[in-house]
Amino acid sequence: MSFKILSKKQLSENVFQMDVMAPLVARSRKAGQFVIVSVDQDAGERIPLTIAAADAENGSIRLIFQRVGKATTQMADLAEGESLGYVAGPLGQPTHIKKFGTVVCVGGGIGNAPLLPIATALKEAGNTIISIIGARTKELLILEDEFRAISDELIVVSDDGSCGRKALVTEPLKEICSRDPKPDCAIAIGPAVMMKFCCDTTKEFNVPTQVSLNTIMVDGTGMCGGCRVEVGGQTKFVCVDGPEFDGHQVNFDQMMRRMSAYKELEQKALEQYQKHQCKIGLDQTA
Amino acid sequence: MLKELLEKQNAGTLKAKDRYEIPAQDMPAQDGTERRENMNEVALGYTETQARLEAMRCLQCRNAPCMEGCPVRIRIREFVTAIANGSFEEALAIIKENSLLPAVCGRVCPQEVQCQETCTVGKKFKDPEKSVSIGRLERYVADRFGKQGETPKVAPPTGKKVAIIGSGPGGIVVAADVRRAGHDVTVFEAFHKPGGVMIYGIPEFRLPKSIVQEEIDVLEKMGVKITCNFIVGRTRTIEQLMTEDGFDAVYVGVGAGLPKFMNIDGEQLVGVYSANEYLTRANLMKAYQFGKGSDTPIAVSKNVAVLGGGNVAMDAARMAVRLGAENVYLVYRRSEKEMPARIEEVHHAKEEGVQFRTLQNPQRILGDEKGNVVGAECLKYELGEPDDSGRRRPVPIKGSEFVIDVDTVIVAIGNGANPLIQQTTPGLEFNKWGNIVVDEKCKTSLQGVYAGGDIVLGAATVILAMGQGRIAAAAINQYLKD
Ligand SMILES: Cc1cc2nc3c(=O)[nH]c(=O)nc-3n(C[C@H](O)[C@H](O)[C@H](O)COP(=O)(O)OP(=O)(O)OC[C@H]3O[C@@H](n4cnc5c(N)ncnc54)[C@H](O)[C@@H]3O)c2cc1C
Ligand SMILES: Cc1cc2nc3c(=O)[nH]c(=O)nc-3n(C[C@H](O)[C@H](O)[C@H](O)COP(=O)(O)OP(=O)(O)OC[C@H]3O[C@@H](n4cnc5c(N)ncnc54)[C@H](O)[C@@H]3O)c2cc1C
Ligand code: SF4
Ligand code: SF4
Ligand code: FES
Repeated sequence: MSFKILSKKQLSENVFQMDVMAPLVARSRKAGQFVIVSVDQDAGERIPLTIAAADAENGSIRLIFQRVGKATTQMADLAEGESLGYVAGPLGQPTHIKKFGTVVCVGGGIGNAPLLPIATALKEAGNTIISIIGARTKELLILEDEFRAISDELIVVSDDGSCGRKALVTEPLKEICSRDPKPDCAIAIGPAVMMKFCCDTTKEFNVPTQVSLNTIMVDGTGMCGGCRVEVGGQTKFVCVDGPEFDGHQVNFDQMMRRMSAYKELEQKALEQYQKHQCKIGLDQTA
Repeated sequence: MLKELLEKQNAGTLKAKDRYEIPAQDMPAQDGTERRENMNEVALGYTETQARLEAMRCLQCRNAPCMEGCPVRIRIREFVTAIANGSFEEALAIIKENSLLPAVCGRVCPQEVQCQETCTVGKKFKDPEKSVSIGRLERYVADRFGKQGETPKVAPPTGKKVAIIGSGPGGIVVAADVRRAGHDVTVFEAFHKPGGVMIYGIPEFRLPKSIVQEEIDVLEKMGVKITCNFIVGRTRTIEQLMTEDGFDAVYVGVGAGLPKFMNIDGEQLVGVYSANEYLTRANLMKAYQFGKGSDTPIAVSKNVAVLGGGNVAMDAARMAVRLGAENVYLVYRRSEKEMPARIEEVHHAKEEGVQFRTLQNPQRILGDEKGNVVGAECLKYELGEPDDSGRRRPVPIKGSEFVIDVDTVIVAIGNGANPLIQQTTPGLEFNKWGNIVVDEKCKTSLQGVYAGGDIVLGAATVILAMGQGRIAAAAINQYLKD
């Protein structure tokens, strides 16, 4: 099976969008699920990425990913027509989609990518969607038009005010929670810190909040326990029990510590890769 | 010595007494210190002379009690006799009647509680380690002559399709036996490489991956299709395979594979692994080659505590040694006698410097302000009355708390059943532990669906998974004929 890259697009400085052939995944996937991909067939790192969209007919799935380390850098270096080593999935529990009423969807940075299919499905289920999407700065904001198309209300924020409001996502979130009637529920997807503060905010107002966790994973099928987090005092495996959980129950501090377990080694892998790439570049110019 | 013995045998004067006097042949092995530094196989295998001498120790008992101890009833007496006579290919053919993976089983079977437990020679010396080394002999012929075999013949196509879920030892055996009957066979594997625990769990230094790969290659030569990165229950459900994709029968061999944790404080700290994660990173994803072709990170540890006393714990401890840890402690709450690991692995672990801390058990893992493991608080234990398993129950000694300084903790206390198939297969019957319920033919509660191996037995062994695989394959072939 070949997981061919049908198209590739750069959405911002470090964010890429790829449509990849994976017919079986495209047919079975539901909003909220993810795949495990690897650039190499053999010794590559296995990384989880959310399925941002899928076209069951032509058999492709859309991945939107941020270049952060070795695996994602290597992936970003692939061109249209090349293939990924493999794509396995769909994994995880699908989002529970139903009519809640008014839903606030909060996305931060790359989190907008996994949020979009969920917000879209919620909209289709008849909910009123208020979206808050944020980024550090204008160049890093992704999917604004897509969110505008499905939202009843859209609030854009940036840390430096270069687009939308100069604020963190929690600011408008607090205002919306203070409205009467308050929203029926919220969904927050983004960096762990952002999700943590969103949950702190909504908790004050008793607005139930779903989060989608991005722990480190290995197999993605429940076999290794590497993705475990504490939710409501119990150990849960993000890959099979999640990735979505009741945000008010998640132990974020612990999760963030576990996510930085391999910082130094990851850095090393990236540096080695970049060095190697430079050399290849030199060969080509010589 | 071999020559003299052979002469005596030909003259018909070789007595049981002479056989008892042949020293049990030790397995040549890599030096203990040297192998701390490499991933190569530890046990090197017999020479021809050693193999024949070892085989001469067999008394050729009329009732062959050894056979009773082997879960797949290999005709041990006959194959051992063939080795003694130098008819190695004949020996291999006898083994292959019952076991499709002799190179694997010869290496990883817990012989001392199976065929070698019931062997008369071991009984005579009151020590199963003195039994005829049946496993090593099996390995000898498989290594030496196993590769020359022809690809098994396949019957003409029957037009029937069989799906095998999981490519562990059970799945491999079913695939081979069902394919031989002429059915169209596809193996679905969740990981990117087939072989199951033999690939991702059991380390290279104990079971070289090339041996497993050869078996997979044979399957492919026989025309078995192997589809990796396919998670049954997610990519397709069993129901979809049968109703939409045209499979007439299914074998579920998905293994155990849901790691148990201790449920003690500190298990979420950075530096705490399940043995599954640790070994998968190290084996399948080649973390030991980090920076040299692999990007899989793994903890760089100085002091490691491995919790448990089974094969998995030994593998994790010995892997930690090879990944450069200075001190590796194996913490087990019973005594060494109760350890379920193969004796050979226990010996090897000790030779490699693994420090056994028996009758101890952690009650808390300690962390620093950054959330990294800095120690394990343990309690001392003593042995009380025997429990249900017949082993003496470990009882904690009050007030005996002490701390060992470690930066990594690997939990190896067993695996439960992965719930994925249960969650996605309505109508399939499971017991309260989440294992699939089957009858004596390995048939499940669903028409055309068979199961075996760890998902049925709970965490078991390679040979038991294989044994069930054979039974299931025969039942599937029968079912498709009817
Ligand atoms: C369910 C799920 C869905 C995700 N969806 C997306 C997505 O749609 N788009 C996207 O850009 N990112 C997504 N991620 C995060 C993505 O998997 C990581 O960014 C990626 O693994 C980083 O790999 P790297 O080698 O490039 O970086 P590294 O240098 O290896 O790591 C950078 C950081 O990424 C995290 N990380 C590292 N390895 C893993 C791993 N095996 N699994 C998870 N996180 C890891 C760590 O926090 C680490 O500090 C998702 C994660 C999960 C668990
Ligand atoms: C570290 C370790 C050491 C061991 N040492 C020994 C030993 O020395 N001697 C011994 O006899 N036994 C040993 N065992 C036990 C032995 O490996 C198992 O009993 C045996 O492998 C079980 O075989 P199985 O056929 O049930 O499948 P497994 O080998 O468990 O393989 C199951 C396969 O199914 C795949 N799978 C799971 N779910 C799905 C799905 N939904 N869709 C598709 N594929 C799926 C898995 O990825 C896996 O590859 C050890 C086990 C471990 C973990
Ligand atoms: S398969 Fe295992 S139990 Fe049977 S004879 Fe061989 S080593 Fe012994
Ligand atoms: S029990 Fe031991 S001595 Fe007797 S036939 Fe079997 S292997 Fe030989
Ligand atoms: S990634 Fe291994 S159990 Fe979740």
